[in-house]
Amino acid sequence: MGKGVKRYTSNTNGGPVFVYVKDGKIIRITPIEFDEEDAEPWVVKARGKTFSPPKKTTVNPHTLAWKSMIYSPDRLLYPMKRVDFDPNGERNPQNRGISGYERISWDEALTIVVNEIKRVKKDHGPGAIMNGSGSHHTWGALGYWLSARLRFFNAIGWTPVVHNPDSWEGWFWGATHHWGQSARNGGSETYNLVEDCLQNCEMIVFWSSDPESTSGVYGAQEGTVRRQWLKELGIKIVHVDPYYNHTAGLMGGKWLAPKPGTDSAMVLAIAYVWMTENLYDKEYVAERTTGFKKWQDYVLGKEDGVPKTPEWQEQETGIPAKDIRALAREWGRKKTYLAAGGIIGFGGACRTATGTDWARGMVCLMAMQGLGKPGVNMGGMQQGTPVDTRFYFPGYAEGGFSGDIFGTGNFLNLYQRMPNIVTMNTVNQGVPRLKIPEAIMEGRCEGWSADAKTIEGQFFPFQYPSPGHSPVKMYYKYGGSHIGTMVDTNRYVNMYRSDGLEFVVNQSIWFEGEAQFADVILPACTNFERWDISEFANCGGYIYHSFTQVNHRVAVLQHKCIEPLGESKSDIEIFLELSKRLGLGSVYSEGSTELEWCKRLFDGTDLPNRLSWKKFLKKGYYVIPPLPENRRDPVSFRWYAEGRAKDTPEPFPAPADYTGEYRMGLQTQSGKIEFESSSLKRFDPNDPDRPPIMKYNPAWEGPHSPELFAKYPLQLISPHPKFTFHTQSDGKDSAINDIKDHRVLINGHYYWIVRINSSDAAARGIKENDLVKVFNDRGAVVCAAQLTERIPPGTVHSYESSAVYKPAGEPGKSPDLGGCINLLTPSRMMIKKSHAMAANSCLVEVGKWGGEESVS
Amino acid sequence: MKKWHLIIDVEKCVDCNNCFLSCKDEHVDNDWPGYTRPQPRHGHRWINIMRKERGQYPLIDVAYRPTTCMHCEDAPCIKASRGSIAKRPDGVVSIDPNKAKGQKELVKACPYQAIWWNEEHDVPQKCSFCAHLLDQGWKKPRCVQACPTGALKVEYVEDAEMSRICQADNLEVLQPEYNTRPSVYYKNLYRFTKCFIAGSVAVNSSGVVDCVEGAKVTLFRDEKKLSEVLTDNFGDFKIDNLPENSGPYTIEIEMLGFEKATATVEITTSQNIGTVYLG
Ligand SMILES: Nc1nc2c(c(=O)[nH]1)N[C@H]1C(S)=C(S)[C@@H](COP(=O)(O)OP(=O)(O)OC[C@H]3O[C@@H](n4cnc5c(=O)[nH]c(N)nc54)[C@H](O)[C@@H]3O)O[C@H]1N2
Ligand SMILES: Nc1nc2c(c(=O)[nH]1)N[C@H]1C(S)=C(S)[C@@H](COP(=O)(O)OP(=O)(O)OC[C@H]3O[C@@H](n4cnc5c(=O)[nH]c(N)nc54)[C@H](O)[C@@H]3O)O[C@H]1N2
Ligand code: SF4
Ligand code: SF4
Ligand code: SF4
Ligand SMILES: [Ca+2]
Ligand SMILES: [Ca+2]
Ligand SMILES: [Mo+4]
Repeated sequence: MGKGVKRYTSNTNGGPVFVYVKDGKIIRITPIEFDEEDAEPWVVKARGKTFSPPKKTTVNPHTLAWKSMIYSPDRLLYPMKRVDFDPNGERNPQNRGISGYERISWDEALTIVVNEIKRVKKDHGPGAIMNGSGSHHTWGALGYWLSARLRFFNAIGWTPVVHNPDSWEGWFWGATHHWGQSARNGGSETYNLVEDCLQNCEMIVFWSSDPESTSGVYGAQEGTVRRQWLKELGIKIVHVDPYYNHTAGLMGGKWLAPKPGTDSAMVLAIAYVWMTENLYDKEYVAERTTGFKKWQDYVLGKEDGVPKTPEWQEQETGIPAKDIRALAREWGRKKTYLAAGGIIGFGGACRTATGTDWARGMVCLMAMQGLGKPGVNMGGMQQGTPVDTRFYFPGYAEGGFSGDIFGTGNFLNLYQRMPNIVTMNTVNQGVPRLKIPEAIMEGRCEGWSADAKTIEGQFFPFQYPSPGHSPVKMYYKYGGSHIGTMVDTNRYVNMYRSDGLEFVVNQSIWFEGEAQFADVILPACTNFERWDISEFANCGGYIYHSFTQVNHRVAVLQHKCIEPLGESKSDIEIFLELSKRLGLGSVYSEGSTELEWCKRLFDGTDLPNRLSWKKFLKKGYYVIPPLPENRRDPVSFRWYAEGRAKDTPEPFPAPADYTGEYRMGLQTQSGKIEFESSSLKRFDPNDPDRPPIMKYNPAWEGPHSPELFAKYPLQLISPHPKFTFHTQSDGKDSAINDIKDHRVLINGHYYWIVRINSSDAAARGIKENDLVKVFNDRGAVVCAAQLTERIPPGTVHSYESSAVYKPAGEPGKSPDLGGCINLLTPSRMMIKKSHAMAANSCLVEVGKWGGEESVS
Repeated sequence: MKKWHLIIDVEKCVDCNNCFLSCKDEHVDNDWPGYTRPQPRHGHRWINIMRKERGQYPLIDVAYRPTTCMHCEDAPCIKASRGSIAKRPDGVVSIDPNKAKGQKELVKACPYQAIWWNEEHDVPQKCSFCAHLLDQGWKKPRCVQACPTGALKVEYVEDAEMSRICQADNLEVLQPEYNTRPSVYYKNLYRFTKCFIAGSVAVNSSGVVDCVEGAKVTLFRDEKKLSEVLTDNFGDFKIDNLPENSGPYTIEIEMLGFEKATATVEITTSQNIGTVYLG
């Protein structure tokens, strides 16, 4: 680059990047612009036009904030110990979150942690060490929490924090029972949909879907240019979302804003119009589905005497009956794509008390319209680009060098290609993530496993503690996001301050969130300060072939661009140091350095057929060329609509899960889309939460909870933050804080934003940028008010995932100035027999804040 | 002589803030001697994204308008600068960080509020068009490179060619009344400067309310017909591009088989008149 500037490559949650370094310091981070030797983009021909994406990558805002996060004043640069924590004397757990820290040496820190690991195992027995991470991480297949972290904890024996399928929730616990797809947590196949949509579709319904904010997941801004093509073709657009979201803002179209959690009533009314006006695909329903009659009886009111008319839904959703009739008629007549969630299988509606019903309803509606026929499919141009799905490169969920063949996608397609020592946890105990506080403070709790192998994998409750195991005594926390991201999170704060935990160690990059509640802090570095290897938007696992969200598949060698700041170390290095002290050094590393692991993984991919390691190391990336047009993947579910053997390139369902011949039909018992679910009939036909047919079942927190609703008349939704990736890049003095629509600077503090309709604001005497208290019985959060018409009266909007927890008074008991909106969300399970959050069913009141430290 | 121009399409802006963040990435903590001192970590908005919501729930729209230094031909800042600000031959208006030291009054000299004060370095600052990069051969500044939608575009062309592009693409400048002859042009600025009348048309036939598709909605001003649109399948109509605070209008709604409906609307700002029922 000249003038002493070197250009490296790295990768992030929001796209791959060039990293410019001068004198050991990062000076700029930009999207990757391809050169002449990189592959040419694909071209789609549709309706007399040709469409092709620009020859470059895009990035998300949070990616462009990385420099400010690397050089953040909140970086943890040295190991630290809480001043009044003495491992050999007084531990003072009640002072977690209050007393300060002192710098200690790495040797001291590692010694304390290793001694505690040995002590709790000896004093309490197997299971005493719990570890949990966030769902996301700095990018890279080797450094990921599903790789380096698992390898270490499997080596010492641990009680894992068991994740709920939070991204999918209602799809996993609901939709799976109608169309299978368990390996995708209830989400959809997603092959070659961009081409089919451009060629054949006439209307798209974005339902709880804001890909312009969420980028599907990891998809940078790649879908944006494709959605602009829809405008060019004049494809009609409808948005169903309580918030006039950014996809609506960019694309326009009809906006329907139901009260949160009432969408399933709207689903039924649409079906009602189709049924009564003959606007559905009768042949498809007859040949490709089962149980329609049962559902029809319910929809038409024959079962319960209540016809699910558009007028009926109006009382629930607040959407005029006429609009639903108009939507249903248009949808019935036009070839329609349904974009349910940012990618199919997500959506804020799937995280409400009625999330299972909504997701089930999405499948039922598409079954009535002939899912898989030309122009009739799932998606909003976010997934299904014609990239080459056959080129092998593992996503992070394949587990990197974890050696964990059970807990990751390792067994499916990485282990054979990159042999390494298998690792295995011997502790048969887990703590459900949404119930960590109960596990610690009450000593017991119940979870439901989310085994995605089969539909029935979700029917198994488990108890904590496990028979004969130790309750958790030591919490080794990796990252610190939960106060911002879990539900009713004052529980988590209170847990830390109880004496249920003898020792808390936190391994984090920044001093934020839960890190402030640890006894010992181990400083990790970012991916820009270590080696790794990865692919753009490839997470693998539950979102198989997730890279079909991007316009160009890009494999990236993540250079170690700079030395770790301060005394921070890569997570791998920290785990290795601990392992060495436990005699596990070579077990952990197999003698390979981080760069050597990159080479081992490279050798396991298809890259060596295309370019040498040396070239890859130097150039830093490789663009995987798209296949010629005649070799593109078949369209999702086309095989199904046409009654052929499955020809889309996903390796599930497992052979044993087919009822008839292999590859004929879906994973359900009948092999068809089931309006009446056979798995739910087998499991519990009388479960009021989850009857065999999809029904409307008012949310347990909402307008149908009279006492609560009288006290807290506003329905709060807390979708995923547009500018940050969950807690990553929020707070930490990052550049993101200056974005007007992210936080507002008032009296020297960056406040979180709550969006409220102008009339609701006026009724409360609230003006733009007033500091307000959003509160309910669970807590209070101080926010800056933004008055808007983008949210209807009665609903308020505030993103989830503040990284900052800053109580005005006593932690866990006072209003939060940081913006952790999840202090307010309910911890009740979506349905009883599940481990599922329903954060978007949340009642609150909003009032001006006068600086008080009380919650209500 | 070719000059740099920035073209901003308001309808393509999705408020991703990539432009704003890449500007910060380029300038915070980086000193570009001869071009500009480092931008402070917080506070400056060399590219400032403005938001505009129009209408009332549920008939609304939202637009974003990034605003930079306009790199004016007749720049008031240059006149006020006592030689510390100059227009380069390539069109970029550049503040000399050494000469401008201490000149806090320059912040007020810019009618577009594009100049920011840097307390630490005691210097006025603004969008530099990333001239330090252009001079190294970059084909576009950082904000344009990071813009995913094409809402930001640069043209490096002769004046005549730029005039042609303006004509062809219907480009406008911000606040032309300032007469500073900006090099930054806008497309679809009406989303900020103009307003709309929107509404829905429905019919109640024996208790069942339905949307009316294809109704003819005509807008009159003092009996003079201004425009005519048809309602869509939701019965919605939207007549755009009206001047703000332009006073009273009449709307006539006609549909075969129904009596003509009329409504009067007083326009201050964009307005959703609600549902009109045909009888
Ligand atoms: N109200 C509400 N709540 C929600 C949702 C919602 O829709 N509404 N959505 C839910 C969903 S879908 C999700 S996925 C969750 C996400 O919730 P989380 O997974 O809890 O959130 P993240 O911010 O991704 O957490 C990542 C953590 O890992 C740390 N970390 C990242 N990289 C590294 C690294 O390299 N090393 C170390 N040591 N630490 C690292 C980060 O600092 C951070 O603390 O939120 C859920 N919560
Ligand atoms: N920028 C950014 N991108 C992300 C993430 C992030 O944190 N930041 N997180 C990633 C992750 S882990 C995931 S799982 C995905 C999540 O992707 P999604 O689940 O699709 O995203 P959400 O923002 O939760 O929800 C989408 C929309 O649902 C709406 N919504 C909320 N409640 C309701 C309701 O009751 N009914 C209806 N109809 N709509 C409702 C919200 O207003 C929002 O616009 O995003 C991924 N992408
Ligand atoms: S916009 Fe302001 S700062 Fe920029 S050239 Fe014009 S007058 Fe000067
Ligand atoms: S041209 Fe450069 S200095 Fe100007 S706004 Fe864009 S990034 Fe910032
Ligand atoms: S980068 Fe482009 S789309 Fe994004 S905010 Fe800036 S101008 Fe708008
Ligand atoms: Ca149809
Ligand atoms: Ca339910
Ligand atoms: Mo998620």
